[in-house]
Amino acid sequence: MDLVQLQRQLVDYKTSLYNEGFLDEQFTQLQELQDENNPDFVVEVVSLFFEDSERLLNELTKALEQQSVDFKRVDAHVHQLKGSSSSIGAQRVQKVCIAFRNYCEEQNIEGCVKCLQQVRHEYSLVKTKLESMFQLQQQILSAGGSIPM
Amino acid sequence: MGGGAGGCGDDSSDDMSVELGDEPHVLAVDDNLIDRKLVEKLLKNSSCKVTTAENALRVLNYLGLGNETLEGTVSKVNLIITDYCMPGMTGYELLKKIKESSLLKEVPVVIMSFENIPTRISQCLEEGAKMFMLKPSKQSDVVQLKWHLMK
Repeated sequence: MDLVQLQRQLVDYKTSLYNEGFLDEQFTQLQELQDENNPDFVVEVVSLFFEDSERLLNELTKALEQQSVDFKRVDAHVHQLKGSSSSIGAQRVQKVCIAFRNYCEEQNIEGCVKCLQQVRHEYSLVKTKLESMFQLQQQILSAGGSIPM
Repeated sequence: MGGGAGGCGDDSSDDMSVELGDEPHVLAVDDNLIDRKLVEKLLKNSSCKVTTAENALRVLNYLGLGNETLEGTVSKVNLIITDYCMPGMTGYELLKKIKESSLLKEVPVVIMSFENIPTRISQCLEEGAKMFMLKPSKQSDVVQLKWHLMK
């Protein structure tokens, strides 16, 4: 595939991610922060987000499996996840976290378990999409092109 | 002490840098790893030297206000930017401790939070916070922050 086609594909892909609510304006902010001194900033931060989220999702699963659920603990984890997803612009993940926190407040375990499933789902979706986007970017860079913004 | 104290002497950003002689040293406190990284980059892009910390207790020790002050580590800090919601000591409590200290009360403190709660905001401002920033942090917030520093 030629360079121009790749670049066009990337632009279209990115646009669709915004349109479908996977990413929001905060992700744009992240990209604008990247510069020659830190050419991998976005990838670094997003990778951190993946690691941290996976850890939090595991903690959440464990916490909700307990005989007697510690809702404060669950809420603390969701708070973290909501924060990180908001900071990188993962809008759909963030939205589920908001609902999740409400269930925590109500100490509604069914609601929490449902939200955990949803959040896992949204997280894996956004992860896949971002990874595809980074792959496309890498292809463009390898072909000697630059990333269209 | 959290990492990120790299000097940014060579990456002079064009529009953001204001001649200060020395780059301002900012202490950024947040329990969330991603937010720390984000705020650190925002500050570095604005020609600030940044030290990050993950909780208030470490900050107090770093500033020489804690129980376990390490010798020779009290550095000059021009600005402290802290998250509000942190386990243990909140950003608000940290703000109070700083303002109570004769040594440090002149250091401007900025509070960040995801939650836009007016009573919380006025509480922080009344306690002496220079500014309240809504997260997620953006470049425009840091520009405003620097302006406060210059005053």
